[in-house]
Amino acid sequence: SVFLLILSNVSSNYLLFSHDLVGSNCAAVLGLCGLLNSSTCSDLFLLSTRNDDLKEMLESNKDSLKLDAMKRIIALIAKGKNASELFPAVVKNVASKNIELKKLVYVYLVRYAEEQQDLALLSISTFQRALKDPNQLIRASALRVLSSIRVPIIVPIMMLAIKEAASDMSPYVRKTSAHAIQKLYSLDPDQKEHLIEVIDKLLKDKSTLVAGSVVMAFEEVCPDRIDLIHKNYRKLCNLLVDVEEWGQVVIITMLTRYARTQFTSPWKEDGLFDENSETAFYESDEKKTKNGDEKKSYMMDPDHRLLLRNTKPLLQSRNTAVVVSVAQLYWHLAPKHEVGVITKSLVRLLRSHREVQYVVLQNIATMSIQRKGMFEPYMKSFYVRSTDATHIKSLKLEILTSLANEANISTILREFQTYVKSQDKQFAAGTIQAIGRCATNISEVTDTCLQGLVLLLSNRDETVVAESVVVIKKLLQTQPTQHSDIIKHMAKLFDNIAVPMARASILWLMGEYCERVPQIAPDVLRKMAKSFTSEEDIVKLQTVNLAAKLYLTNSKQTKLLTQYILNLGKYDQNYDIRDRTRFIRQLIVPNEKSGALGKYARRILLAPKPAPVLESTYKDRDRYQLGTLSHTINTKASGYLELSDWPAVAPDQSVRNVEVIEPTGKSKLSKSSDDKFYSDSGEEKEKGSGSSSSDDSSSSSSSSSEESSSEAESDEEKSSSQSSEESDKSSSLSEKSSSESDSEQKKTTKKPPQKKTVKPTTKDSACPLVCGPGERLHGFVSKQVPVSLSLYSLCILTPCPLSCAAALLQVSGPAFVPEKRHDLLHRMTGKGLSAQYQFPRQPCLYQPTMVSVQISLTNTTDHPLEQIHIGDRGPTGLDMHCFNTVECLLPEASVTVSLGVDFNDSTQAANFQLCTKEDQFSVSIQPAVGELFLPATMTEQDFRKEQGKLLGMNESSATITMAAENTTRQPISRQVATVANLGVVPSGQDNIHRFAGKTASSGAVVLVTVELRESSAALITINTEKSVMGPMLLRDLKRALARA
Amino acid sequence: MQLPAKMIHSLFLVNSSGDIFLEKHWKSVVSRSVCDYFFEAQERASEPENVPPVIPTPHHYLISVLRHRIYFVAVIQSEVPPLFVIEFLHRVVDTFQDYFGVCTEAAIKDNVVVVYELLEEMLDNGFPLATESNILKELIKPPTILRTVVNTITGSTNVGEQLPTGQLSVVPWRRTGVKYTNNEAYFDVVEEIDAIIDKSGSTITAEIQGVIDACVKLTGMPDLTLSFMNPRLLDDVSFHPCVRFKRWEAERILSFIPPDGNFRLLSYHVSCQNLVAIPVYVKHNITFREGSSQGRFELTLGPKQTMGKGLEAVLISSQLPRGVLNTNLNPSQGTYNFDPVTKLLSWDVGKINPQKLPSLKGSMSLQAGASKPDENPTINIQFKIQQSALSGLKVNRLDMYGEKYKPFKGIKYMTKAGKFQVRT
Repeated sequence: SVFLLILSNVSSNYLLFSHDLVGSNCAAVLGLCGLLNSSTCSDLFLLSTRNDDLKEMLESNKDSLKLDAMKRIIALIAKGKNASELFPAVVKNVASKNIELKKLVYVYLVRYAEEQQDLALLSISTFQRALKDPNQLIRASALRVLSSIRVPIIVPIMMLAIKEAASDMSPYVRKTSAHAIQKLYSLDPDQKEHLIEVIDKLLKDKSTLVAGSVVMAFEEVCPDRIDLIHKNYRKLCNLLVDVEEWGQVVIITMLTRYARTQFTSPWKEDGLFDENSETAFYESDEKKTKNGDEKKSYMMDPDHRLLLRNTKPLLQSRNTAVVVSVAQLYWHLAPKHEVGVITKSLVRLLRSHREVQYVVLQNIATMSIQRKGMFEPYMKSFYVRSTDATHIKSLKLEILTSLANEANISTILREFQTYVKSQDKQFAAGTIQAIGRCATNISEVTDTCLQGLVLLLSNRDETVVAESVVVIKKLLQTQPTQHSDIIKHMAKLFDNIAVPMARASILWLMGEYCERVPQIAPDVLRKMAKSFTSEEDIVKLQTVNLAAKLYLTNSKQTKLLTQYILNLGKYDQNYDIRDRTRFIRQLIVPNEKSGALGKYARRILLAPKPAPVLESTYKDRDRYQLGTLSHTINTKASGYLELSDWPAVAPDQSVRNVEVIEPTGKSKLSKSSDDKFYSDSGEEKEKGSGSSSSDDSSSSSSSSSEESSSEAESDEEKSSSQSSEESDKSSSLSEKSSSESDSEQKKTTKKPPQKKTVKPTTKDSACPLVCGPGERLHGFVSKQVPVSLSLYSLCILTPCPLSCAAALLQVSGPAFVPEKRHDLLHRMTGKGLSAQYQFPRQPCLYQPTMVSVQISLTNTTDHPLEQIHIGDRGPTGLDMHCFNTVECLLPEASVTVSLGVDFNDSTQAANFQLCTKEDQFSVSIQPAVGELFLPATMTEQDFRKEQGKLLGMNESSATITMAAENTTRQPISRQVATVANLGVVPSGQDNIHRFAGKTASSGAVVLVTVELRESSAALITINTEKSVMGPMLLRDLKRALARA
Repeated sequence: MQLPAKMIHSLFLVNSSGDIFLEKHWKSVVSRSVCDYFFEAQERASEPENVPPVIPTPHHYLISVLRHRIYFVAVIQSEVPPLFVIEFLHRVVDTFQDYFGVCTEAAIKDNVVVVYELLEEMLDNGFPLATESNILKELIKPPTILRTVVNTITGSTNVGEQLPTGQLSVVPWRRTGVKYTNNEAYFDVVEEIDAIIDKSGSTITAEIQGVIDACVKLTGMPDLTLSFMNPRLLDDVSFHPCVRFKRWEAERILSFIPPDGNFRLLSYHVSCQNLVAIPVYVKHNITFREGSSQGRFELTLGPKQTMGKGLEAVLISSQLPRGVLNTNLNPSQGTYNFDPVTKLLSWDVGKINPQKLPSLKGSMSLQAGASKPDENPTINIQFKIQQSALSGLKVNRLDMYGEKYKPFKGIKYMTKAGKFQVRT
């Protein structure tokens, strides 16, 4: 042991040597080495000896020992040490039952398989077996490891496994196969064609899990095969919201490229619009239509719109990469006037980590050069803080400079003044350059900036002074005539300035404008002649320049000086200076050898020089797609895919149409939606069951008091139904109609409930939680394409449990219109004007998301009231459609006007001002929850299906004791219909009553079930995803049914 | 022939002294010499923060983030959105922090196997696979002292026995079968005020950003809605993926199935139109006289618009000019410290008592003969105000659907200083 103690003190080399010698004492030495730090003992020695015991551990029977060994091996790998020689021992454990052990073995295998190809093959059969495992996660992980082993021999096995996994039942396994595609491709690019087949297959996959990964594979293997995307384009757009965040980035980037090849530019038209915007605004519609013939108006492809619409919500993502990818999509694809939506989100990202700020600021810098307006309101977000990192500071400066304009320049310059004083001198220098740029860009402040910069010349810091001189030089070049004072001032400062670049700049200025400062320039040259030898090269060159220029303009005073300097330059150490001196001498000093050039010396040296343009380094960055690595480093990164220019003519749009594949068992579903969208108007006419409720509301709005009395006049029905289109267009009719003939009003009919069907007229009307199938369908309708596959995919695959198939709903006429009126304005408070409102329960024709409200205005004074209109709508922000001004209301007369209010599916009151010529009255309309619905018709079967989707939190229910009279169908229907604008669903059972509707604003389904039980108990159940409205409606229903 | 593969190729962890202490490769191995380019940039940078996040090298691109004084350097071979990588690296750091409590070199070295297991699950072939902490925790159990002890004795493992289901479910951020005896949901509304105050005390820019951090421990699959009294204050928001966006758009209500445990539900920005109440004021008199080797330093703090709540944990820091050799200051409360090497002055004030305003007065000694600094130092202030959100944002109610039990609910408000600077 004494021997060992001595050993521990000797150097490691010696130790190695003694290790060989001692031999039998080996074990003891090993123990010792364990005690020593690795620094005293060579790593190689430690490793090779340790490996033996690791091997032993791996070959033992105990899992815990094996695991311990693997953990130590992983630690070695993590440190970057080579553990490849353990391969045979490790690979034996690949089939272990212990999950952690197995995983660690996988990690090892993936790391070293490439180096130990033959041995790696031993493990393959294990994976092949696992690929057939009933558990999807085991299948997936087997494929993951198998495809990560970079051994060329197993390429065929991998190919087979990928193909099989691509049609696996489990979307998770399919996702893994998409990942495997990229791995196989980088291992063996020859497999490209086969892999493209798999990609094509997986692109058709409707699972959100797969979408991101397969697009990633597409981008890597065959980014040019745009044709594979066509059929999947709409599906990808629609799935996007539900794809995981990383997949979203990849898909958005790919779709940006796709869209640039498939749609026409939305920008050209924009430009035209901007130019003509004023005329377009003021001139009448007539003129516009005339122009319309000349200009082919731009119509955005609905698919283009679809992409923009479906990516917009992702601006709210917490993932900064997603936000920036949406921002770049809008920047590259959206019409110019829509790009503004990205501003706020980008500014928000500036709160994120330093690295995120860096990338986002770079993108903003590029954007702000082209579109100042976008970021100008957020100028203060770019103010520099003393704690910012240098590269962040300079990016912020860059942006502030780009944002500067006549209006804000004084604020920016004041801010710059603070920066100039910064302790970070590099940043201060950057600020001076920025001031220079502002000064050239905005001529109003050039003088101010120049004065400010001159003041900086007396700054104590060299860098600041030098930078100022350089910037002043550039500024003076743009307008040299007025500034001989500044040049003189700089000449005075010259002795104190030591920074070569600044000295050189001053010398250049002296030379260039020597005729403006004839007294001073020769003196400066005299000083330079003295110090020439000790100057920096750049200063020497400019001295020679100055000498030459002075020689040409003022040879009398400077001839000797110049010759002296030229002589000094001739023997300078630097060959540039020697060259220059030789050249200048030949040029300016006349001698017999100087050729024709000498005559032109003056023109050569004193030629007017164009002023330098101070421009941003981000000016041309937009040649790269924003958000890319290439944009960040301002060079083309390998693998960068160019964004193509918009095509002049859009390629065939129909390539994106998807044929209907009528899924068995779902045929009914697609059929019903077919009906809904294509046979709508026809259906109405055929049935002749009455006008659509939309035109009804326009006329009925003016006749609320007659509403019920005019029920009988159904003979007019047909004419009004035919005129449905007209009345749609002339929504303003409703206001006028009050003053128009009675016959118009007589057309109003009270419709028999549940017979009429009106489809939601615009996309917004049916807009469920996750993504709007209504919206999607709308796009298809306009293009006359058979019903899309995406509808089908939505119905079976929407990953959010709360989506609904509101698109399948058909809105019917109201079952019952309550007579109840509410006071809007009492005649006392209204100074004689009284107003009452009621809900006519008709779909609003201004906008389907609005609830229509009728207001009857009565004049109770003895003088006419003039100009009754709606004034300020208060800050609630509810969208309202106002009635036209009532010009004059005679004493004792009353008039009914109609209003549309989008309550956003909440019972928040709509506050606004009701104004007359003299007065303003604040009033508010408070809707009962039941008024926010539109009745719907559906079959009992559909009802059950919808109900099945709206369980759990979407369901609210209560048991009540029914009032005695409410035990039969009639009164119950009546009570429910009084409370809420719902449609009755035919029911097969006597004790169950069902009602259905949808919310006006978002089109969410509302289902009410009243189930009668024994002894006048009843269970009321409400199913709706509007979890606020549900309980409110329940409360109202409870009250109505129990009380009455 | 190997094609340049996209996405993250390798990851190196570098400590502040420039040693690589961990490396992980998802594709073929990249030599660690690639980091030499990074070290060069590190040497050039005056401060650790000044290392550019994206560094091009002849064959690779290095994208790095700096957190907890560790550089996470990702090696990229070809075009990829840089933010994609940056965001992922931050997610890695967040995960480490979540697992080990702290993200330090020591913690990473101690848990190197868990780190490796995590990295293996988070990226497949360089493309993010499972980044949700809920999913990861199902796959790999975070180490606890108890488990470490048990593992050493019984030889059991950190790897989840059951295979995770979360990734396959329709609610990918929540694992199934969550059970708690005490069901509780806590929400912290934390607002940060960023401001720049100029010499004269007027506000140059001030804005409020806030987050709602949640700690939800609820059994089963609860579905929560959270509504605000004044949702219109929120100008710009970003959500955890669990929040239903359409619902927010239509009703301004947060409706979500929460992840299990801690998560950030929402970050928001308060609309700029609202004037921001500045809760603290600073009276300062910092002067350097030309030719004198002494400078005066006087600082007094006071509460301004705090809505009756006290200012706590007030901390002042300031980077004094290079010419300052030392300070001789006298705080009326708290402790102050001046580091003559970094020239960093910090003053831990603690609570501000409105009756007795804290002040820090004294002199600075300057380098003899050096000229007076051109700029007065900027003062950075940190503070906290408990039980109040500066913007006035208030949660109206929190409802739970989908489960029968009654959870315990709690909401806490707090205001903090973000980047709050006073120029002097």
